[in-house]
Amino acid sequence: MKTEQLVEALVADGTAGARPLARSIVLALAGGIAVSLVVFFLTLGIRPDIRSALATWRFDLKVVMVLLGLVLAFGVCRDCARPDLPRHPLRRLLPLLVLVVAAVAIELALVPEPSWRQRLVGSNSMICLPMVPLFSLAPLVAVLAMLRRAAPASPALAGAAAGLLAALSGASLYAFHCFDDSPLFVATWYSLATLAMVAVGAVAGHRLLRW
Amino acid sequence: MACPDDLSALMRLARQGDDDAYRRLLDRVAIRLRLVVRRGLAAAGRGQSECEDIVQEALLAMHLKRDTWDGQRPIEPWLRAIAQHKLMDYLRRRGLRDHVDIDEWSNAPELAVEVGTPAAIDSRRLLESLPERQRTIVREISLEGHSAADVAARLGMSEGAVRVALHRALKALAAFYRRERP
Repeated sequence: MKTEQLVEALVADGTAGARPLARSIVLALAGGIAVSLVVFFLTLGIRPDIRSALATWRFDLKVVMVLLGLVLAFGVCRDCARPDLPRHPLRRLLPLLVLVVAAVAIELALVPEPSWRQRLVGSNSMICLPMVPLFSLAPLVAVLAMLRRAAPASPALAGAAAGLLAALSGASLYAFHCFDDSPLFVATWYSLATLAMVAVGAVAGHRLLRW
Repeated sequence: MACPDDLSALMRLARQGDDDAYRRLLDRVAIRLRLVVRRGLAAAGRGQSECEDIVQEALLAMHLKRDTWDGQRPIEPWLRAIAQHKLMDYLRRRGLRDHVDIDEWSNAPELAVEVGTPAAIDSRRLLESLPERQRTIVREISLEGHSAADVAARLGMSEGAVRVALHRALKALAAFYRRERP
């Protein structure tokens, strides 16, 4: 087949009805989160004292952290889905890093040193570590499936970004169950669970997202 | 009418359903791609015989992945990134293959003889392997220049079904380049 002939076939296939990348990712993510919501209510559910928790700054700060992370991770994932990757795709996460460091600093300043350990370990770390990845699973599968139609400059990096986005979706659900609101707990255990999903996403992306 | 050399404007028109703008865009992109690929192959010390295959693979990728272009930005960096990705991918696969060949055939005489045909070799092989209906549709549209509506009437199919079959054939072509080519 000559190239002019291929061009004719491509023209006949048409380009109208372009779907913006951001919308495709949002749709995939929403589908994944919907599945995770069902799993969340079947397993853990919202903590019973949610009303009083909402009135505490630690709980609110925790929710702000995971939701900010979710929004920023979305931007990273969209950037990584393109062939022309910006030079510093992770720079978008800087506000999250600043917020987490500030929250930890405030907590360390407010809480006397003897209780640091108890706040850090909390009562739920062994639930947090498996459950955040569990709630991330459906979003990860959905976003990876969508990214197969994209053209990531680096498949492994795009997979890692999908893992990050999925982990923060899972963490956003889990945050409404967990009683441990201390920034020390959130910064430690949520981050560990997130890193695990980033690693899973990177490996999956390397295998699934080549084009 | 957009300036004929403003590729971003042509792609925006194409996204609104302007086939003519899309044809002009693809023609211009093919010319640029050919230059880039020739230079890349020469720099890598490889022959030019498969240049057109790489050009076609990059054109297909650009077509199938066109939603990843952000219409707010100029299109050239996006095009360059796709061309580079496909060229590097080709050279990497080729490098691996050469490496394997060196290991396996270190004592054998020169086996890989380049064939000097200046057209896409692989896509012809692929067309032959497509299901008959898809092959007919691709032939009628690309080789004989019929419109999807004409082909639909001739084959007694709906125009939508012809478009779906064509799209499937193009995806198969892209997958073939990735999987089957050394």
